[in-house]
Amino acid sequence: MSTVVRIPTPLRRVTNGDDKASVDGENLSEIINDLESQYPGIKERLCDENEELRHFVNIYINGEDVRFLNGLQTNVSEGDEISIVPAVAGGT
Amino acid sequence: MSYVKGLFCRECGREYPAEAINACDFCFGPLEVIYDYDSIKKIISRDRIASGPNSIWRYHDLLPADIENAVDINAGMTPLIRSHNFAKSLGLENLYFKNDSVNPSFSFKDRVVAVASTKALEFGFDTLACASTGNLAGSVAAHAARAGMRSFVFIPADLEPGKILGSAVYGPNIMAVDGSYDDVNRLCSEIADNYPWAFVNINMRPYYAEGSKTLGFEVAEQLGWKAPDNCIVPVASGALLTKIWKGLNELASLGLIDPVKTKMFAAQAEGCSPVVTAFDANSFNVRPVKPNTIAKSLAIGNPADGYYALRTIEESIGGAWAVREDEVADGIKELAEKEGIFTEPAGGVVIGALKHLVETGQIKPSETTVAYITGNGYKTQEVVQDIVRPNLIKPTMSSFESSMKL
Repeated sequence: MSTVVRIPTPLRRVTNGDDKASVDGENLSEIINDLESQYPGIKERLCDENEELRHFVNIYINGEDVRFLNGLQTNVSEGDEISIVPAVAGGT
Repeated sequence: MSYVKGLFCRECGREYPAEAINACDFCFGPLEVIYDYDSIKKIISRDRIASGPNSIWRYHDLLPADIENAVDINAGMTPLIRSHNFAKSLGLENLYFKNDSVNPSFSFKDRVVAVASTKALEFGFDTLACASTGNLAGSVAAHAARAGMRSFVFIPADLEPGKILGSAVYGPNIMAVDGSYDDVNRLCSEIADNYPWAFVNINMRPYYAEGSKTLGFEVAEQLGWKAPDNCIVPVASGALLTKIWKGLNELASLGLIDPVKTKMFAAQAEGCSPVVTAFDANSFNVRPVKPNTIAKSLAIGNPADGYYALRTIEESIGGAWAVREDEVADGIKELAEKEGIFTEPAGGVVIGALKHLVETGQIKPSETTVAYITGNGYKTQEVVQDIVRPNLIKPTMSSFESSMKL
């Protein structure tokens, strides 16, 4: 089962410029591990040493912040739209 | 000239050139401007500032954009009004309202957009854009008009009509998004990644946010070069509170005021209070919420600077309070009736928090307290519509006199 993840600019150095990645996994944690196998080094950008999402990383599945879902354990289905978005935006 | 040396990541410290970027490549942390404070210290003085323009540009030495190219519709130098009636009712001796609702586009956002739009021109952008809860959209559209730039403003579709009109009049492209502000913000982050536009609160954000320091500078200057004892600040993303604190401390580190002992207090409405919730739980981990509040200008459920706002509150030994939703309109009315200032719901939230902080003894009568009123009530008339009860009379003395007997 394959899902597309949208990669933001700050991570494209790790993905050799790719702005999308095709990944496999039943949940977000597996998706991130598959990303890591394709682009070594990307996981430590997304997760801290406790394997939790970094403060300033937001991941959305079909537009919903995964922090409102099951975090890294959120299930992913084929065709879901996954976006990684830097959190530091908006407001004042 | 500006004294910008570059950018650095607030989380991991990595340094970057001063470009149109807002997040650290490594840890996604927010980027902050690095200034050449040694050079600034040699030239800056109270007199130099006081003899500058009657706008935020008097503080240009401490802003990351060049005054020579300023996109200027005269943001800033708004009144600091000493309270009589409100102060008396609360038993305070030194209460002030910083009335930032009288900026050119009627909110404090003109301060940040003045800097961001100037920077956008410096970088060579031709399009100015933003994700907005309303006030920012108006300010971006106004500054883009002044700069001769194209603008795109993205807003939640359910925004107050006065805020939509207050943007539309300047001729921007308005994108009304079927979703919350947080949805708008996410969408804009993705658009900013793919379009060569200056999004003031995304890729211009390190520069933009610095404009809010002027709300610290001005209050100190207007108090006679003295930091207040207490600041009450409405909190949406948390950046304003953080930057007022930074502004005060910059003045102190440059020797322009005494060391800062100001307590910073955050005000939110109960229907969207992720920062207050974290503060009450003694946590620095802000859990996002789905906003449901009358204070739409504060309806950011996932505040980008929530963490730093909490750190600032802790460092300043301040506090945080969430005002009940039904107190917000009361706060608007009370400020209007007691002081002649007509604010939007964010100001009502500040009033509710002020009263709570006084009642609970967190603010003492003799202390100098500044409540920040950041937006204008004419944009959100529907929230106080119930007060409109004119006495309808005929143009005759008898009709007038009989109405006076009622």
